[in-house]
Amino acid sequence: MSRKPKTFHGGLHPPDSKAASADKAVEICPLPDEIIIPLSQHIGAPAEPCVAVGDSVCRGQVVGEARGFVSVPVHASTSGEVVAVEARPHPSGRDLPAVVIRPDGRDQWCDDLRGLGEDELAAESVRNKLCACGIVGLGGATFPTHVKLSPPPEKPIDTLIINGAECEPYLTTDYRLMLEDPEQILDGVRLFAGVLGRPRIFIGIEENKPAAIKVIDAACASSDIEVVPLRVKYPQGAEKQLIYAITGREVPSGGLPMDAGVLVQNVRTAAAVSVAVRTGQPLIEQVLTVTGPGVAEPKNLRVRIGTPLRHLIDACGGFNGEPGKIILGGPMMGTAQLSLDVPVTRGAGGLLIFRQEDVDPRPEGPCIRCGRCVSVCPARILPTTIVAYARNDQVETAETLGVLDCIECGCCTYICPSMIPLVQFIRQAKGAIMAQKRNA
Amino acid sequence: MLEAIVSLGGIGLSAAILLGLASKKFAVEVDPRELEILDALPGANCGACGFPGCAGFARALAEGKVDPAACTPGGQATIERLASILGVSAKLREPEVAVVICQGDRVKAKDKYRYLGVEDCNAAQKLADGPKACPGGCLGLGSCVRACPFGAIEITKQGLAVISREKCTGCTKCIAVCPRQVIRMVPASATVHVLCNSHDKGAVVRKYCQVGCIACQICKKAAPEAYVIEDFLARVVYAHHGQAAPAIEKCPTHCIRDFIAGYPEGSTFAPSIVPTSDEAA
Ligand code: SF4
Ligand code: SF4
Ligand code: SF4
Ligand code: SF4
Repeated sequence: MSRKPKTFHGGLHPPDSKAASADKAVEICPLPDEIIIPLSQHIGAPAEPCVAVGDSVCRGQVVGEARGFVSVPVHASTSGEVVAVEARPHPSGRDLPAVVIRPDGRDQWCDDLRGLGEDELAAESVRNKLCACGIVGLGGATFPTHVKLSPPPEKPIDTLIINGAECEPYLTTDYRLMLEDPEQILDGVRLFAGVLGRPRIFIGIEENKPAAIKVIDAACASSDIEVVPLRVKYPQGAEKQLIYAITGREVPSGGLPMDAGVLVQNVRTAAAVSVAVRTGQPLIEQVLTVTGPGVAEPKNLRVRIGTPLRHLIDACGGFNGEPGKIILGGPMMGTAQLSLDVPVTRGAGGLLIFRQEDVDPRPEGPCIRCGRCVSVCPARILPTTIVAYARNDQVETAETLGVLDCIECGCCTYICPSMIPLVQFIRQAKGAIMAQKRNA
Repeated sequence: MLEAIVSLGGIGLSAAILLGLASKKFAVEVDPRELEILDALPGANCGACGFPGCAGFARALAEGKVDPAACTPGGQATIERLASILGVSAKLREPEVAVVICQGDRVKAKDKYRYLGVEDCNAAQKLADGPKACPGGCLGLGSCVRACPFGAIEITKQGLAVISREKCTGCTKCIAVCPRQVIRMVPASATVHVLCNSHDKGAVVRKYCQVGCIACQICKKAAPEAYVIEDFLARVVYAHHGQAAPAIEKCPTHCIRDFIAGYPEGSTFAPSIVPTSDEAA
């Protein structure tokens, strides 16, 4: 087996910092005193609460119903009593509506959950099951999976790519899952393939995870699933970059992967799909890597959705030193958090704690025209030029320069020696363009 | 050589004749009043009238499509002059100016996180609704300063936007860009304002701001006609702003200010000496 690792143009090599948690088996995080289930945990319309204060709920019960096609329900992640339906701190930094549950400690599953039998796996029923179980893309985008699995008939999908790149530094959840439960992932992959009508299947894994490549390779031995080792480079796991690396196809500017005949799913989403279809259990747990120099004992934790971040830090022996910055998600694309009362939601793959001394709050300087942002940009646009226009509100010019192709990977901001917040400018410009399009 | 001169000269001549004919044939009729109107306008091209520049507005005026009063920056004198050119009666409008109803700068009001990003209020507002703990407070990143065509706004060293009553023409450009709706239009003659924009309850306001309105009703007791308290926030009833002064000293958090006595702390604008129009109201 001689396979040359594949990759894309641009990108960079931040220190991968995975050693602290890579070898730690996933532990179960204990039940907290309070579970906060935000009604908005996915892209699309927030769920509509369907329980009231005083109701008792079982584990897996729907507490918020889907509103519209691009929406999914949210579920109780343990059994207990609903003590509030109110706005609570949310990972976005706002206070957003949530159902608050006081656990009764019994963790009683609802008894009406059931999976689909071998003879019930028609595409439509699988999609309905995934929607009912609240399955969303767990690579970070949280886009409802049943919608992604409903491509329009004029855009047939012939290739399925399973994303095990885990290119964000620090995170080791996909890695642990590939090592600990390859069968569950592969079962999910087969279910995807069933819905899509037998596409070619690739599983892409970065080369710095040889153990995972070995395990997945062995599990795929008797199938026609191809395991593709990828060069270690950020953002290797970004959809368009991954598609290019593996298939050589380019997603057209402004298009979606389906325009290139491809569907990308994260390994953890595949596992969640398997659980949902086989057992009927909704997505109420998430594996998070809790790590960074600011936490006493880095771990990979299996956490109930709705668990406050504070509880995760306690489960990892508390802070190490004075915390300076707390990020939910990866260091490149995650969001800094304002409060430890924020609960874990479906999108979260990691919790990173940095100390005061680890954060570098240097102020922005002038652009020195070094061109580094240009050479690292995987979207192959010119961040510094676009930002110069964006700064002066010339968003039309920014648009002709391809600002909408930016995937917000953060490479340019990371590499910029002048600390220019390039991605933030770009997001502003994108927002202004989208607003203009909506009004037009 | 000679041929070259003759032929080039010939080309030039015929082009001149063609252009001359074209300018006759395609001449655009300009209403002579249009130029006179343009002359009367302030020439700031600020867009307050809803047209991209003064010229567009002048044409629309000459065509009788708009009301002269739409030029707020021009003020009363311009409106009167326009009305006389057009031979219509001038509808007088109470002149207004913009005021930032917040005094919570970096020293007096708390931030909920440290913001290190783009120097722009709208960019900051997108990150968890802005760094300021108060949901209505001025972010001090100067989006309004950049929007004001008249240089009427400054950001103090402590990070608060302040608008000069003298320089503001009432064009409302700043209001359109402020993500926190903390700029309001007020009658130009009013000098006393409640400088707070938080609708939170008093106990909550106290946690994040030293100079926020706590809705204690004391101003209303001191000057019942001049204040209303709605949704935990006091404001001046501008129809009776002449009676607002007695409450200034009584306000426990000092969030009522008379701009005659000076602009908020840190401002470099000279205090207003006299109200812009008659004080009696
Ligand atoms: S411009 Fe966008 S795509 Fe390019 S490096 Fe910056 S964030 Fe990434
Ligand atoms: S990396 Fe920064 S300094 Fe260098 S060209 Fe880009 S914006 Fe300018
Ligand atoms: S008044 Fe509004 S736009 Fe101006 S600095 Fe304050 S928040 Fe920004
Ligand atoms: S302060 Fe506001 S209303 Fe006044 S002139 Fe400037 S932009 Fe216009």
